[in-house]
Parts: sequence; C-alpha cells; structure tokens
Amino acid sequence: MTPVRVVIGLCLVAPFVAMLWVGSYATTDPTFIGIPFFYWYQMVWVLISTALTMIAYRLWQRDQRARASRENGTAAKGGAAR
Amino acid sequence: MKDGVNGIALGVFIFFFVLVTVMGFLAARWRKAENEHSLDEWGLGGRSFGTWITWFLLGGDLYTAYTFVAVPAAIYATGAAGFFAVPYTILVYPLIFTFLPRLWSVSHRHGYVTTSDFVRGRFGSKGLSLAVALTGILATMPYIALQLVGIQAVLDVMGVGGGENTNWFVKDLPLLIAFGVLAAYTYSSGLRAPALIAFVKDALIYIVIAVAIIYIPIKLGGFDDIFAKAGEKFTKTGAGSVTPPEGARWTYATLALGSALALFMYPHSITATLSSRSREVIRRNTTILPLYSLMLGLLALLGFMAIAGGITVSNGQLAIPQLFENMFPDWFTGVAFAAIGIGALVPAAIMSIAAANLFTRNIYKDFIKPDATAEQETRVSKLVSLLVKVGALVFVLTMDKTVAINFQLLGGIWILQTFPALVGGLFTRWFHRWALLAGWAVGMVYGTVAAYGVASPTQKHFGGSAAEIPGIGETGYIGMTAFVLNVLVTVILTVVLRAFKAPDGVDETRPEDYTKDAGDPDVQVELPPATAGSAH
Repeated sequence: MTPVRVVIGLCLVAPFVAMLWVGSYATTDPTFIGIPFFYWYQMVWVLISTALTMIAYRLWQRDQRARASRENGTAAKGGAAR
Repeated sequence: MKDGVNGIALGVFIFFFVLVTVMGFLAARWRKAENEHSLDEWGLGGRSFGTWITWFLLGGDLYTAYTFVAVPAAIYATGAAGFFAVPYTILVYPLIFTFLPRLWSVSHRHGYVTTSDFVRGRFGSKGLSLAVALTGILATMPYIALQLVGIQAVLDVMGVGGGENTNWFVKDLPLLIAFGVLAAYTYSSGLRAPALIAFVKDALIYIVIAVAIIYIPIKLGGFDDIFAKAGEKFTKTGAGSVTPPEGARWTYATLALGSALALFMYPHSITATLSSRSREVIRRNTTILPLYSLMLGLLALLGFMAIAGGITVSNGQLAIPQLFENMFPDWFTGVAFAAIGIGALVPAAIMSIAAANLFTRNIYKDFIKPDATAEQETRVSKLVSLLVKVGALVFVLTMDKTVAINFQLLGGIWILQTFPALVGGLFTRWFHRWALLAGWAVGMVYGTVAAYGVASPTQKHFGGSAAEIPGIGETGYIGMTAFVLNVLVTVILTVVLRAFKAPDGVDETRPEDYTKDAGDPDVQVELPPATAGSAH
C-alpha cells in the first residue's frame, strides 16, 4: 500500500460518503436560481466526483508507470493487485 | 391531450426513425472484420471500440428511453424520492473504475463473452454459471419490455396509439413496425447497429434537454415558481415532498447504493464494456460518462415542470411526453419524441444481444451442444435475440403495463444477487462455489418474497422496492437487504465448507490475467473466433 494508492482510494470513496449521508443535504436553503439545495448540491457532486475519478485515473497511470520501470529494473516479481 | 394525430410531430418522428433504420442496416459494413461469423464479431462488435464509441454505446445503453420517461415521472409523482437516480449514477463510476478493468483483462485473456463465462472459468462451477446466466436473462427481459412501454407512451401522446375503441391490431401496428425493424437490423448487424445509432440518439437527447431546461422554465416563470407550485401540490395531495423527510433518507441512500451496485451486473452493460478495445478505454470512460448523470439530473427536474405546467395525466409515464407536446412547437415535439423513441431502440438492441449471448454461451454450449462451432454459436445467438424480442413484445401487448414494471423492479433485486460471485471472483478466490450459490439463492428468495409483500394504494403486491430492514427498524431498498443477507450466507458457508475441506472447482485463470492490457504479449486484440475459450 503506497501513499499514492491511499489517495486513489480516498478519491474513490469520497462520493460514497457524501451521497449516502442524505441528512447532510436534505434541505431547501440555500437555493440556487430557485432550485432547492437538495437538487443543485447533488448535481454539483456529479462534477466533483468526476474530478476525483479523473485524479484517481492520473495517479493510477503514474503509479503503473513507476511500477513498470521498477520491475524492469529489478526482475519481475509477479503481479500485485490491479 | 390534443385530439387526433399530431401530423407535424409524427412526420419529424418518422423522418428520424427512417434515418436510424438505414444506419442500422449499413452498420453491418462498418469496421468490418474478416471473420464475421464469430460471436465476438456479431455480439461484441469485434471487441474493437475506442473511447468515444464506447462512451456513446454505454450512454445509449444505460440511459434508456424508460429512464427518460420514468425518472421525471417519479419526480412528478413523489418529488425528492425520485431524484435518487442522480446519486445512483454518481456512485456507479468509482465502482466500475475499480472492478471492470479486471473483468476486461481476464475476459480478453480467456475469450469470455459473458459474465457467466468468467464465473465458470474462475470457480469451475457450471451450476453457479447457470445461476448467473438465468438471473441475467430473467432480469433483462422485462427491461426490454419497458423500452417498448417508452415507445408506446410517445406514440400515445402523438395520437397514433388509437383510442380505447380501436381494434387492437390497428392500435399496436406502429409498435409492431418499430419492433420488426429493430429485430431485422439487430439480426443482420449485431452490436454495430446500436453503436452507430447511439450517435444519433445522444445528439438528439442532448439537444432536447438543453432546449427544455432553458425554454420551459422561462415559459413557466422561473425555477422559484416551479418549485413553489410543486410544493403546493405535494402539501395538498399529501404524497411526496420537495426535500426527503427524515424517515425517507435510508430508502433514498440504499436505493442509490443498491442500484449502483446492480447496474454493471446487467448483461447489457457488460456487453458494451467488453466490446471496448482496451482496459484504458474503460478507465478513461469513467471520467467522461458522468456527463450523462448531469443530463439525467436536469431531466429529472422536468418532473417538477410538469407539475408547474399543470399537466394532469392518469398514467404518470405520459407526464413528460405530454409536457413536451404542450410546451414545444410541433416540429420540436417531433424531435423530442424521436429522441425518446430511438432512445428505446438502442438499449433494446443491446439487451437482446446480451441475453442471447448468455443463452448461447452458458446454456446452449454448456448444457445442450458442447461441441458447437463458432458459426453455430453465432447463428443460435442471432435467433435467440429475435426470440427474446418477440417474447418482450408479447409481454407488453398481452399483459398490463404494471406487470412489466413489477418485473423490472424484481429484476433489479435479482441481478444484484450475482454481485458476490462476479465482483468477489474478480478480486479473490476465497469464496467457495457452493457458498456463493447458496448465498445467491437466499438473496433471490428473500428479495422476491419481500417485494411481493409490499403494498401500495394502487397495488396489493409489488407496490414498491422499499421495505423495513429487519433488525434496524428503518425502511430501505429490498435489493440491498437481500444483498447483505446474500454476502452473510456466502461468508459463513465458505468458512464452514473450508473447515470441512469441501472440494474446490478448478480455476483456469491466473493472478496476472487480471492486469493485462491490449499490447501485452499474450493478449490478442483481435481474438480468434469465440471458441477461444474452448479449452474447457
């Protein structure tokens, strides 16, 4: 478990915490152009979770490249997760 | 509803319908490979689709006409509770980011076409694989039927559905034509047809949503008025609310989570995924697919607009088509209806292909004719895809629409019960095959019985998908409760079976199979005919 993988994990878990905690956003105010908070907040989370997935994807790519170069350097040690 | 037929809207609708029909037949020649008689070619489009085609295909596949009609319809009827579709689609992407690339890799390595192929290969159990295949087919059939309900809703509002007194044949003729055409081009072009048509579908949908979300609120006096009117209606009728009340939060969260876990267990989602060129395509897609979620959120708000626009329909499914007809000029109503209609054809085609692949690979080849050649497999698959569609058509024409909706609700609960075998299997081989089978059976039985017991004001059974969760006294999604039971049974039985040293199945996969990507030495991009996995 490298620090990078921990960050990837957090990026992927965050949307679950935010969305399943319904009590944190089940209110009408503040409204945005007349749309209650409950609705626009969840729409904003579409964007946030997209950004988080994108970060996870970039970090994962970097992690893979780093691992590949390490393995070429030392002899292959058999596949790990992913 | 206006009297008679809306001529201009119908004309525009027919124009787009003819356009996609032509595209559907031409699709057979698109990116054609040499070996066209393999199931990989017909059923997975040669496994050659890149990022954008996969995006359109998955979008066309997951966000169906039924979604477009049903999500706003749910908001129209109950308010906030219907919005769970948005967190649901948000949660789907981190999930698929984690497990689908592994499924892609192992499927490419061993030539798996369906999830049951993988389960059989991983656990060496034909019984478990059969359970997964049957669940998939059972869950897909009512889903196809619902696509037809979507087309019917549009045809009804355009006035071509006929009145109560017309002869049933005249009444259903437009639907029969639409279906015949769909069946014909799926048969000849396979997965390439919906992939190509998905471009038209998505373009139309995006245009319609963009226009609707700006044009309709202006006509109705802004979102403030819309939500105020919706609030009034909910207080007056006592059903539904603008924000979820305290007691409905568990239901909201478990529905979102359960549906997210279930979505990629559906055979049609997996078919679209396996048709992609590389595992990178899948990961990249999880970062662009949420665009559809945004669209879905906007679309859901149309439900409130239907309330504010004073739409009163006895059948909630007609609320959105009716809103479009009342608000838009006739020609644009035609465009909107074409979007919904084509939005039904794309997933119906993919679903029938996926169900046919399951039947061919995991029932026909495993149990009826183990020595089937690649050509025979493809022929059987094509025929079954026709049968599946005819079955769905008969279902819709002979039974009440609520039956299709009930079965769709059950289908969601059922398909979720295949999660431990599939996703569990992708990460670990610890689960015992018999334990997985027992867990599946418990989940299926509990889910069915619990759903049967839910009453609503209009229905005695199958009145909804939420029931009290035993032990914690909250109301939650039945599928999720069944899933937890399923996992508990699987884990306990695995411990017991391992203690008694029950024989394990043969695992034909190796750990490194799960991380391969296209370009690695032993992963062929163009697989040999579907019998690549014929070693079993």
